[in-house]
Amino acid sequence: MKKNWPLWEVFVRSKNGLEHRHFGSLHAADAEMALENARDVYTRRSEGVSIWVVESKNITASNPENSGELFEPAQDKVYRHPTFYTLPDEVKHM
Amino acid sequence: MSEKEIKNLEEIFEQRIARDEKIEPKDWMPEKYRKTHIRQISQHAHSEIVGMLPEGNWISRAPSLRRKVALLAKVQDEAGHGLYLYSACETLGISREELYEQLHTGKAKYSSIFNYPTLTWADIGAIGWLVDGAAIINQVPLCSTSYGPYARAMIRVCKEESFHQRQGYEIMMTLANGTPDQKEMAQDALNRWWWPSLMMLGPTDAESVHTEQSMKWKLKRKTNDELRQQFIDQTVPQADLIGLTIPDSDLKWNEETKHYDFGEIDWDEFWQVVKGHGPCNKERLSARVNAWKEGEWVRDAAMAYADKQQENKIKKAI
Repeated sequence: MKKNWPLWEVFVRSKNGLEHRHFGSLHAADAEMALENARDVYTRRSEGVSIWVVESKNITASNPENSGELFEPAQDKVYRHPTFYTLPDEVKHM
Repeated sequence: MSEKEIKNLEEIFEQRIARDEKIEPKDWMPEKYRKTHIRQISQHAHSEIVGMLPEGNWISRAPSLRRKVALLAKVQDEAGHGLYLYSACETLGISREELYEQLHTGKAKYSSIFNYPTLTWADIGAIGWLVDGAAIINQVPLCSTSYGPYARAMIRVCKEESFHQRQGYEIMMTLANGTPDQKEMAQDALNRWWWPSLMMLGPTDAESVHTEQSMKWKLKRKTNDELRQQFIDQTVPQADLIGLTIPDSDLKWNEETKHYDFGEIDWDEFWQVVKGHGPCNKERLSARVNAWKEGEWVRDAAMAYADKQQENKIKKAI
């Protein structure tokens, strides 16, 4: 059977000190070609100093349908934020 | 899902868009939203890819190295824009192969402006100035469209596009300030590209079937006629500035509306070109199909090589 070039996700670090950020995706036969293509497609104007490519099928993503049970429990845990705690006015920085 | 449940989901969905929330690939969306976006994003991607052809015609004949590197970079950007858009489109659950298939069989459309020929070097100037100018007017509002991957692709496209228009205008300006023959060449290019550029902004509001729905989904922020007026208002003074004449005898400033009034657009020509009877429809499509066919053995060889490398790796590990 004929095989098409798989899809890769591209992550680019725009400068040292910053994290890699998802830039988009592209098709390539293998990882090396994916890197070369990512350079041409996503960094034509010095947008990056480092590139990661990951074959898309290797990414496990959460399902937005489950967003409720995944993320809502954090909403009523206000005690995780500093503003939950009362301090005397005299304490200026804490 | 029952009809009632779908109706409910649709309502929640429309409210999210009204609140300016973005829709992301795995979110639930109405089938019509998905289909409309596949159609629009793929048409847009195809236009970028086919758009390389008329300009590619002049790369090897650019009049100087400066012009040549600029044109090469512009055409490479268009390939890049096509690729951003194809991958945004694929997040809606259609494969790259299906998208190409739709282009190659003529099922999907691309912007009909690219079915006009590039006869002289001045056409490269006119395309950058007018065609990219009209494209920018179309594209800027899309940076805040509701579908996340499309909006993100458009932000990148718009950032890169403005050099395209400037390099085109610079070409026109240089020719307009040149010898009488050069100036005539620039004027001739303007004469040929002006009306097709106005058509590029789409049929009049009365004829445009998708406008209302597209406005709701923020696929459109302004109507075709509003965009066209904006394009004319911004372009006429630019032509005046370099001493070229817009080929429209009805064109005049309207002090009351603060806009230019302009002449009748030949919509028959527009529909003829859309239907495939433009000067270069066949040529463009066959160039594209041939490029894809002739590249097939390269794609297959690269895939076979990748598979073999993978097998060797596994063998070594064992």
